[in-house]
Amino acid sequence: MIGLQILIDGFAISSLYGVAAVGFTLMFGVCGVLNLAHGGIMVIAGLIGWWAAVNHSAGPYGGAVIGILAGLIASYVTYFAVVRPLQKSRAIPPEEQEIFILTGTLLWGIMIQVGLDYLFTNNPVTMQALIPGVMHIFGVRTPRNEGLIAVVCWAAIGALYLLVNKTPVGKQLLAASINPRGLTLLGFELSHIYLIVWTVYGLLAGLAGVLLATFFGVSSANAGSLTASAFTIVILGGLGSVPGSLIAAYVVGYAETITAYLIAPTLRPIPALLILVIALYIRPQGILGRR
Amino acid sequence: MRTPTGYALALVAVAIGLSAPFWLGNYWLGILTVAFYFSVFAMSWDLLFGFAGEVNFGPTFLIGLGAYSAGLMNNAGLGIPLCLVGGALTAIVGGVLLALPALRLRGPYFGLVTLVAVLLLLDAIVIFAGITGGEIGMMVPSVLSVSAVTNYWYALGFLVISAIILFFLSRSSLGLILQATGQDRIEAAALGFNVTKFKLAAFCISALFSGLAGAMVTFYQGTASVDQMVDLSIAVQIIIAVVFGGRRTILGGILGALFLILFQQLLLPLGQLNTFIVSGIALLVIILFPDGVLGYALRLMERRT
Repeated sequence: MIGLQILIDGFAISSLYGVAAVGFTLMFGVCGVLNLAHGGIMVIAGLIGWWAAVNHSAGPYGGAVIGILAGLIASYVTYFAVVRPLQKSRAIPPEEQEIFILTGTLLWGIMIQVGLDYLFTNNPVTMQALIPGVMHIFGVRTPRNEGLIAVVCWAAIGALYLLVNKTPVGKQLLAASINPRGLTLLGFELSHIYLIVWTVYGLLAGLAGVLLATFFGVSSANAGSLTASAFTIVILGGLGSVPGSLIAAYVVGYAETITAYLIAPTLRPIPALLILVIALYIRPQGILGRR
Repeated sequence: MRTPTGYALALVAVAIGLSAPFWLGNYWLGILTVAFYFSVFAMSWDLLFGFAGEVNFGPTFLIGLGAYSAGLMNNAGLGIPLCLVGGALTAIVGGVLLALPALRLRGPYFGLVTLVAVLLLLDAIVIFAGITGGEIGMMVPSVLSVSAVTNYWYALGFLVISAIILFFLSRSSLGLILQATGQDRIEAAALGFNVTKFKLAAFCISALFSGLAGAMVTFYQGTASVDQMVDLSIAVQIIIAVVFGGRRTILGGILGALFLILFQQLLLPLGQLNTFIVSGIALLVIILFPDGVLGYALRLMERRT
């Protein structure tokens, strides 16, 4: 019985982790940017969604839409105010650009966290479930919302798959991840492609933040740990590999759920860290990493 | 920086530091004491980041190891000098542990390992709360001194000695070779330098000073606490201090740490927004002046000559 419960709960959590990590890995694969403000953007989406739903009678669905838009705007601000200036700066030598973007987004993530703390306090808030009620899967009582989260997450991942593999825009993204200079020579404007990636990223992070708010609840204090878990998943899966990230999301999601149910809920974050350290020593490029 | 003007400025700075107890109250001396220890954290981080090119997100792993092992030894009945040595040695072991992945992993991968090291140390401290005091912190029976002025002298002496050693190490051939390995590891190896040996040395030196500083802070405050020595926010502040002061300058870390700690004092009435503003200023500095304050000043001086 508890086995089934773990299976079902773990699936919903892992799908959520998957959506949160896929945007992060896409960003690294195409733009070469590791965005350490990732958790902050997710929390913005969750908190704004909750705020709109509760204080402005937008209802759960309106709140969700507003939350996702907030995530998109936060993503654009991150790009135009932090990442773009650092990429364009002439005073930063190219080999150090990565370090500067890491430091810059880290600082930006702290500003987001502290700013949200000031505006909303760090009390965790939970958005109203999008579908109320419970259902029974093989005799296990499961909130309907959990099922909805899994479905929405997989729909988002499916849409991303179609976008990348079946549309001309997706072909440009793939090309940019393989050889940006070649793409520029073919007459494509690289900054347009980056903007598309940041749009897709903002929507995915916003969606993940809103769903997280309806599931566990979010608070400004989560920003750091959300970034760390996305980072863990992405490294475990192989930087830049979308399927690898999905597999890793399930490994981490289930490892956490099993620990929470069978050992102690407080030890929840530990197995992911241990798996990660072991993986980094044995196979630093991750499950499906390219290099 | 190794010019007559540079030395003169350094001497003036030390003289101002020496005279401070005669014209500053105990409250501000206490703040400066904290800032001085923080400067050592920043300088030892700069040795790894600016010179060896390693993005170490976990300086607090080394600091925390030094602080907590010194505290544990003190609780077991050992005297302060032995505990300081013990704390530094434990931190060096931690430094070697961090250096092992650093020899295999690049950039973001290594950064993540260091981040995980801090998170694991935090978890270990909380899980073994029985002996470490968990999130509340661990009291130690001995303190360096109860007088603010004496504590200030200890901190100032420690800072000046560390700064001299680290600065001249960074300007020696060791510093040059580290820069070379940080920028192009293969070429450095092709020139005949044993990259592994130099990286390991950088980690050990950085760990020695971080651990020693962590242990000193423990005996200054009478507690080893997660909030002030291990938490990731401290690691972030160290990074801000170095980048603000100027990476690859060692002494810039002191400027950054003084700025950070004094500015936070001035902004104290703002409460939570304090961190927001300090991070914002640091972000502006890295976007507009990526070389930091000292780096920018040095560049201006170069241009004039």
